[in-house]
This record gives sequence, C-alpha cells and structure tokens, in this order.
Amino acid sequence: MTTLTISHLTKRFDGVSALDDVTFDVAAGERVALLGHNGAGKSTLMKVVLGLIPATSGSVALMGAAPGSRTARSLAAYLPENVAFHSALTGLEQIRYYLQLRGEPASQAMTLLEMVGLGHAARRRIGTYSKGMRQRVGLAQALIGRPRLMVLDEPTSGLDPVSRRDFYAILDELAGAGAAILLSSHALTEVEARTDRIVILSQGRLRANDTLANLRRKAALPIRLQVTARPDTADSVAGALAGSRRNGVTVDLLCGHDEKLARLGQIAGMKGMIEDVEVLPPSLEDLYSHYSRSDAR
Amino acid sequence: MTRILAAAATEARIALRNRWVAIAVAMMAVFSMVLSATGSAPTGALGADRLSVTVASLTSLAVYLVPLVALLMAFDAVAGEVERGTLPLVLTYPVSRSELILGKFLAHLAILALAVTVGYGIAAAAALWTDPRAQAGLPALLRLGWTSLLLGATFLGVGYALSALARRPGAAAGLAIGLWLVLVVLYDLGLLAAVVADGGGWFTTQVFPWLLLANPADAFRLYNLAASEATAAAAGIGGAANTIPAAWALASVALWPVLGLLLAILAFRRVTP
Repeated sequence: MTTLTISHLTKRFDGVSALDDVTFDVAAGERVALLGHNGAGKSTLMKVVLGLIPATSGSVALMGAAPGSRTARSLAAYLPENVAFHSALTGLEQIRYYLQLRGEPASQAMTLLEMVGLGHAARRRIGTYSKGMRQRVGLAQALIGRPRLMVLDEPTSGLDPVSRRDFYAILDELAGAGAAILLSSHALTEVEARTDRIVILSQGRLRANDTLANLRRKAALPIRLQVTARPDTADSVAGALAGSRRNGVTVDLLCGHDEKLARLGQIAGMKGMIEDVEVLPPSLEDLYSHYSRSDAR
Repeated sequence: MTRILAAAATEARIALRNRWVAIAVAMMAVFSMVLSATGSAPTGALGADRLSVTVASLTSLAVYLVPLVALLMAFDAVAGEVERGTLPLVLTYPVSRSELILGKFLAHLAILALAVTVGYGIAAAAALWTDPRAQAGLPALLRLGWTSLLLGATFLGVGYALSALARRPGAAAGLAIGLWLVLVVLYDLGLLAAVVADGGGWFTTQVFPWLLLANPADAFRLYNLAASEATAAAAGIGGAANTIPAAWALASVALWPVLGLLLAILAFRRVTP
C-alpha cells in the first residue's frame, strides 16, 4: 500500500526550477533515502510533501489526502534540517506542547524523551542543549502519535555514532509497525545499510529510484583493483598491467565485472613483484556521483 | 480549543522566562505610582473626587503606555519564530494558523490584564487611602480597565500583523515603534494642526470627528472622557469629546480588536516558512 504518492511534481521559485517533474512513491513500512547535493531539491521536496509550500504543478497525496490538509498533517511527522526550538522552554515543556497540538496526552512527554535518551535533561532549558541533544528533541517530537509518514531532513546530522545506531533502531521499529519513512542524508554508508530504496535528485530532477543492488547493476561501474607492488617494481608492474601508478608502491586498475577474473589471473602470474592485491567494488559514493551527474540522462 | 490553550500556556511560559511579564507589570506599576504621587494637588476646586481625577490622568497615561506594552510583546510573535526557525515545524502540526495566533493573543492579553490590574490597582489604592469620597470614581476606573484591555488587544493584533509582514524581528520592531509614534503621537498633532488651520470650518465639523473615531487610541480616550464628564473637564479636551456620542467611541474601541486580529490572521496566512 502506498502511503505517499508524488507524481509529476514541479516547483519553481521565480522561474527557477527547484523540482522538475519528480515522480515516485513510498509504501507503508518502506524506508526510502533521498540523496542529492546541497540545492538538489531535497528540502524543497519535503516542504511540498508537508504542505509548507505549494507545488507549481503535479500532485502529492498522503494516503489520499492533500498535503497541508488537517488529515495529512495529522498523518505526517517532520524533522526539519537544523531543527530549532524556543531556548526558554525545557525539553519536557516543548514535547508536552507538541503532544497537546497533536491531541495526545501530555503525560507521554517523559516517555518520548527517555526513548531518545534525553530523560536526564528533560527539565533543563533547550538553550543549554548541545546540537545533538536538540536533534534528539526533534526526533522525539517526530515520534508523537505513531505517524504514518515520517519526513526526516538530515536526521542524523550532529548525532554521534552510538546515537545514530539508536536512531536507526527506532526507525526500524516504526517501519516495522507500518510507517513510511522518507529521509535525506549525506552519510551514504549509513543509508546503504539502513534503507530499502534510494532516490537520487540532482538539480531538481529524479536521477534514480531503485534498490541499491539494482542501481549497482544498472550503473555497471568498473571494479577497482588495487595492486601493491614490491619496492622498486611499481613502474614495471604498472607497465605490465597497463594501470596507473598512484604512489611509490600502489598501482590502480579499473576493469569491468566480466574481466575481473582474467585480470586477477594476470596479477597472480606476477607473484614475485607483488605484495598484495585488493578488489574494491564501486562504492556508494561512485554510484551516487554516477547517477547525480547532470548529463546522466 | 485545547490547541489554543496549549499555545497560550506555552507563550505565557516563554513571556515569563523572557521577563516580559515582569517588564509589563513594572512599567504599569511605576507609571501609576508616579501619577498618584504627582496628582496629589488639591482637587476640591473641581468638585471631583481623588479617584476620578486619577482616572483622568491614567487615561492619558494608558493611551501611550498600553499600546506600547502590547506592541513590545507582539512584534516578535511571528518574526521571532521565522528568525529562530521554529515556524516550519509547528506549521506541519494539525493546528491552524488562526489557532496559533489566538493562543499567543490569549497569553499576551492575560499578561496585559495583569499589568493593568496591578498598575490601576496601585493608583486606586492610593486615591482611596487619601480621599474617602474616592469610591465614586470606581466605576470610571473599571471602565478604564476593560477599555484598556480592548485597546491593548487592538495593538496586539496589529502588532502580530506587522510581525508577519516584516518577517524579521528587527524590521518588525521598527515597524511597531513607527506605528506607535504615528497612531499615538503624530496622529493627534496632525489633527490639531489641521483643526487650527481650518478654523472651525467643514473639516473641523464633518471630518475631524470621524478621524478621531478611526484611531483606536483616540476613540479610547474619547470614550473614557465622554463617559465620565467630571474627568473630561480635568483632561481639557472635553470640547472634542462633546461632539461625538460616547456610544460611537465605544463602538470603535470594541470593533478595533476584531479588526486587528483579522489583520493578524490574514498577514500570518501569507507567511511561507
């Protein structure tokens, strides 16, 4: 079942296209990562989905409701990039207020803060919090009332590795309960392990929308073989393998998936000159730059 | 309604922490005390009791001070949230913009009520202490109290509208002070100059009363002075007050808060986070 449907969404600011004919959807229980450079349109897309800014054309539906309608707002939760709160309020007061706005009992506030590891600081003013702690207040408010769609803009920025792990554990639990999750991130490695599908935006256009495995297959990026030569043999190794020398002892080779074994055989034949060899599949960064190049289509 | 009350409670808490409550109450209290102390000249000649005379002075004070306190609380309401970046998040909640504005309005009006009660209370206590006849002035004081709240409500609403239009707290503060200067100070000076130049002609008889009614601060002063004739003499603008029925002035005083809030809601709806 699709929770969020975006079709042919276009958003222009004073004639400049921020989003251009973007179409994809997010199903219940699905975790979708939205990737893109700064200014690629990720935050704009999220704001349109939440009804904060109107679309120029195209349509967005949240379980059939229009973005910004009271139904849609009661179904969706949002964690903005660099989330901010009033510094004079305590974490507990802030969450109690948000609970009341969603029509939930304010007594849940402490439980929510404990879930994100802020129980000890609940009665301190948010003005005294670190960036990571504010981010966790933001996460706590996004958990209010079991939202059907969570829109998270750079949710793990400012979180230390342990908090990140806890954060994704909470997300997994929510997705398991049927929440659709749309999150943007710069940390590609955590996105790799923690999401079901990847959507890549570049200059407001959708460049890719698939699982990571499919994206890898479609991109058919070369595999990198990193050969470490014995001292003083790097030049001859580079010459024999037609690779490029990177430093005194390392030679880089690129090859397609099907030539990999032949190349490895060739390297194995030069045993005396070679210290070590490493096979590096295309990284998420390589994949990301492949898809987000503006001439990719 | 629960959302409006939740917003009001949060706003009141913020105002308390930011010392706006203390500042508003202290301002009203200090000025009332100064008035009570300086207004202790003999009043027997006028035949009015102490409290009625105090009310006349308080009216002149309130015209300046109540709009100022209201604008000081209101100018940050929308622009401050835009600046801090707290607005986009709260607008994704299932709460309407009018509910948010009404919540802020309730909190700020309550603070204003507290400040007015303390300020006027001090003045009343001082008058009752020194003059046993002062009880006769109590109805006038009460009237001054609730009309002060209506005046404050007007400037709260208009202040929110300016805050939403300006988007930045600095610009909003500038606009608020500008509005205060124009409506409370320059407006009267301008009218005075026009009346003097006109010399009792068409402008003075036909236009001038309407212009007085159109300004919430003037309407407030007119109503309070017209409603208690004893104080009108003391305040010295009884002439103007006599040409306009008190009911019209009251209508203006009562209508402006509604207009102010409508302006606030309309301006806030235009803000895109």
